[in-house]
Amino acid sequence: MTRLSGVPLKFTFDGRELTGYLGDTLASALLANGIHQVATSIKYGRPRGIVAAGVEDSNALVQIDAPFPEPMLSATTVELYDGLEARGLRGRGRLATEPDPARYDAKHAHCDVLVIGAGPAGLAAARAASGRVLLVDDQPDGEAPEGVRFLSRTTAFGIYDDGFVLALERRGEPVAPERLSRQRIRRIRAKRIVIATGAHERPIVFPDNDRPGIMLAGAARTYLNRYGVLAGSRVVVFTTNDSALDAASELAGAGAEIVRIVDAREGYGVIGTDGGADGHITAAHIARLGEMQGERVECDLLLVSGGWNPAVHLFSQARGKLRYAPELGAYVPDGDLPTVSVVGAAAGEGLPETKVLWQVPAPKSEVDTRFVDQQRDATVSDVLRATGAGLRSLEHIKRYTTIGTAHDQGKTSGMLAAGITAEALGADLATQRPTTFRPPYTPVAFAALAGRHRGDLHDPVRVTTIHPWHVEHGAEFENVGQWKRPRYYPRPGETMHDAVLRECRAARNGVALMDGSTLGKIDVQGPDAGWFLDMLYTNMMSNLKVGRIRYGVMCGVDGMVLDDGTVIRVAEDRFLVTTTTGNAAKVLDWMEEWLQTEWPHLSVFATSVTEHWATIPLVGPKSREVLGRLAPGLDVSNDAFGFMTWQDAEVAGIPARVCRISFSGELAYEINVRSWHGIALWQSIVAEGATPYGTETMHVLRAEKGYPIIGQDTDGTVTPQDLGMSWVVSKKKADFLGKRSFARAENNRPDRKQLVGLLPVDPSVLLPEGSQLIESEVVPEPPVRMLGHVTSSYHSAALGRTFALALVRSGRERIGETLYVPAGDRVVPVTVTGSVLFDEEGARRDG
Amino acid sequence: MTVDAVEEPFRTQLTVRLRDGHALLGADLPEPCTFTSRNGVDVLWMGPDEYLVLAEPGRQAELETALREAGAAAVVDVSAQRVTVRLTGAHARDVLAHGCSIDLDPAVSPPGTCVQTLLVRTGIILMVREEGFTILVRQSFAGYFTTWLADASLEYQEVPWPSR
Repeated sequence: MTRLSGVPLKFTFDGRELTGYLGDTLASALLANGIHQVATSIKYGRPRGIVAAGVEDSNALVQIDAPFPEPMLSATTVELYDGLEARGLRGRGRLATEPDPARYDAKHAHCDVLVIGAGPAGLAAARAASGRVLLVDDQPDGEAPEGVRFLSRTTAFGIYDDGFVLALERRGEPVAPERLSRQRIRRIRAKRIVIATGAHERPIVFPDNDRPGIMLAGAARTYLNRYGVLAGSRVVVFTTNDSALDAASELAGAGAEIVRIVDAREGYGVIGTDGGADGHITAAHIARLGEMQGERVECDLLLVSGGWNPAVHLFSQARGKLRYAPELGAYVPDGDLPTVSVVGAAAGEGLPETKVLWQVPAPKSEVDTRFVDQQRDATVSDVLRATGAGLRSLEHIKRYTTIGTAHDQGKTSGMLAAGITAEALGADLATQRPTTFRPPYTPVAFAALAGRHRGDLHDPVRVTTIHPWHVEHGAEFENVGQWKRPRYYPRPGETMHDAVLRECRAARNGVALMDGSTLGKIDVQGPDAGWFLDMLYTNMMSNLKVGRIRYGVMCGVDGMVLDDGTVIRVAEDRFLVTTTTGNAAKVLDWMEEWLQTEWPHLSVFATSVTEHWATIPLVGPKSREVLGRLAPGLDVSNDAFGFMTWQDAEVAGIPARVCRISFSGELAYEINVRSWHGIALWQSIVAEGATPYGTETMHVLRAEKGYPIIGQDTDGTVTPQDLGMSWVVSKKKADFLGKRSFARAENNRPDRKQLVGLLPVDPSVLLPEGSQLIESEVVPEPPVRMLGHVTSSYHSAALGRTFALALVRSGRERIGETLYVPAGDRVVPVTVTGSVLFDEEGARRDG
Repeated sequence: MTVDAVEEPFRTQLTVRLRDGHALLGADLPEPCTFTSRNGVDVLWMGPDEYLVLAEPGRQAELETALREAGAAAVVDVSAQRVTVRLTGAHARDVLAHGCSIDLDPAVSPPGTCVQTLLVRTGIILMVREEGFTILVRQSFAGYFTTWLADASLEYQEVPWPSR
């Protein structure tokens, strides 16, 4: 026997400095250093050792402390590296509190055939496959056949529909963490999948079967052959099948003394073990099966084999059917799926026939030490308690006992639990349904799943072409969907409150501009465009004259407001529709839904042009002067360029479409240029002395005028009538979306919530948005009758006080009444008013 | 660099809708998920009746007139809607594979392929050319796109590959 040659690696375990070799796992390095015990058990604190050599190990959980904290890894799957610091873990671990410096990423892959597992069966399948063949294997080494793409250190952990497989590639510990990812999710799409994942050896349950030094026979072989580690020197082998005999002869060949082979097929079993002060096994008690007194045989390693469970996890995830194979004592695939096949040991092929022995009949004891799931400290008694409580289904017993719910997901314990349950119930396993296998097959770190989606890349941040100016000039931003929009532009020393009042005054008394480029814009073209928009909007659009603009409201088929905006008639057969920032994609989808499903005969084409245009509202009594200076070729007089009309002109030397619309009640223009000219236009307007304002000021200005924001003042249960906008609902049109719903009794209830204004009796009190409205000055005992809620609330520079908009039951009937808003520990009296609080007669819009 | 990304600014981009007809600008219409190139003009298949015409900067008016005369049911100037980026280099395909689920194997997606798809979390139009890829991305997503592209390209920088 030779140990791994090559590079020695220093590592620390439980504070002890140890040496292993390149190619070791933490588990093999520990065994080579004579360490079997890794941890103590979660419930009873019993010493626990290394049971297996792969992902199926139930015991050897460790916490990595350095180089970076990672909890709950299995020592059998941690590749050793220099400087690793780890310790055994009793159950839960410690998550890092500092950010993970390593990189994680994902990569897509496509193939005709994906072979999972590079054992003999997998290699043969890969060799036989044609087309693009991808072979993945969870071990660090291995060689692929000619023409086959091979990914080592790669564990396929989930199979999804249509040949989609997720795999985790461990790319080794970071050697260039600033450039290379440590772990990578492989997102594989395969036309065919061949599962060659092998089998996991099954333990046998007997008293004190959980001591360090009790190991699966196949694991001892792996440690010997792959890592050059002999796990013990005096060995007892307890088996139900021939495979453990190979392990025995190989260990004997490496110098171990095989002191006894206990073969259940010959009627013998292990009925208990003894341990030393450290809990490590010192002897096995051997008896005829059924007898309670046995012979004590000293040993330092007990190898166990109760047969082999095909690793059917991925096949079951793919919804492959399983059947019980009595000659194996395990579930095997019951035929292939159309595109997913199973080969080799995973299909039950080549596995040794076995006597089925789940547990050894054992003497009664006060404390049950017959462990079924060692990680969960669950015993035979726990299974019997579940069946005794009347549970029959394996799924229910799993949940009741927690067997199979640990990091190993019952890879060694699941079948034992099924067998012991069947014995207890006198049931046939062929009629029992095994528990469902779900992804992931092995634990996967959230960091790996997150990949690059961290920090700046967590979610796209959408910005306009004018954004760099906003950043440079100190704007504070708010998120509107994925957009970052300037909320206000504080000057040195200004609070948000100060800045917003200043921006509002500039818009109402001078001239101000904002970046409105995020507004949704849709080009609607075609001879039937007028008819189409008549159906989409509650008001008439087909009679709009070319050159003119109209405000419109869209409703869903339920009659609830969906979106609003302006409609520009560009030409006889062409309109430009604007939507709210948040609903741009939704409105385009809405149009396409009707065009594609209900009215495919229409000749109408909708195209998003949101980002083609940069849009800058220019607002305030002095906006006409500024526009006049910037667009000398444009007659900006009220007669030549009236409210709700548009003109094409050069503004600051840039071809522009100028619309005279207002969302503030002031004289205002909206200047649209190709987005790549946005920042040049913005700078030209600022140079004319206009004050930039953000979304907060926009909100105040529009709220003072009672203009609702769809999605803030509405919530999908609000009709145009509720908003006090019956005028926008056509009585002439034969039909439009939502029309029928307006006739519903529910839509005509007098106590519907309606949009009104609220003036706090104390003009300095700002109501929190979302506050509820009640009728009494004192909050009564619950249940409290809620009359509605505050949807918008601001300080108004123009009014010199606070105000709010609210949806209130029978709101318009309550105008003049006093209602109450519980806000924190006080109740604020408010007066209900109409929703238009400023310039009710609209005197300001023409300047 | 083994991956190069270069923006091609101010290109002419026109969305064209066509119900009947088999040719645009003197060329046969592209088949689904492909594009055709002729006289410096690319025509991209976007949907059953939708095409995107790409050309050098400044040809919007001229091409719009030609397209309308050729029977287009609708033409919309969308030149400033998306930014155009050429991605070339030995590892261009690798970089895209980090964020794009389309199979870019030349046998599956030969030059002339054109798809609308997702690159990570932004929609893109992806054109496969002999010498690399052309990617069109909405300009508001351009910052996200370039940040991601720079990050995904790090691995393919031309510096010695560290040994494991």
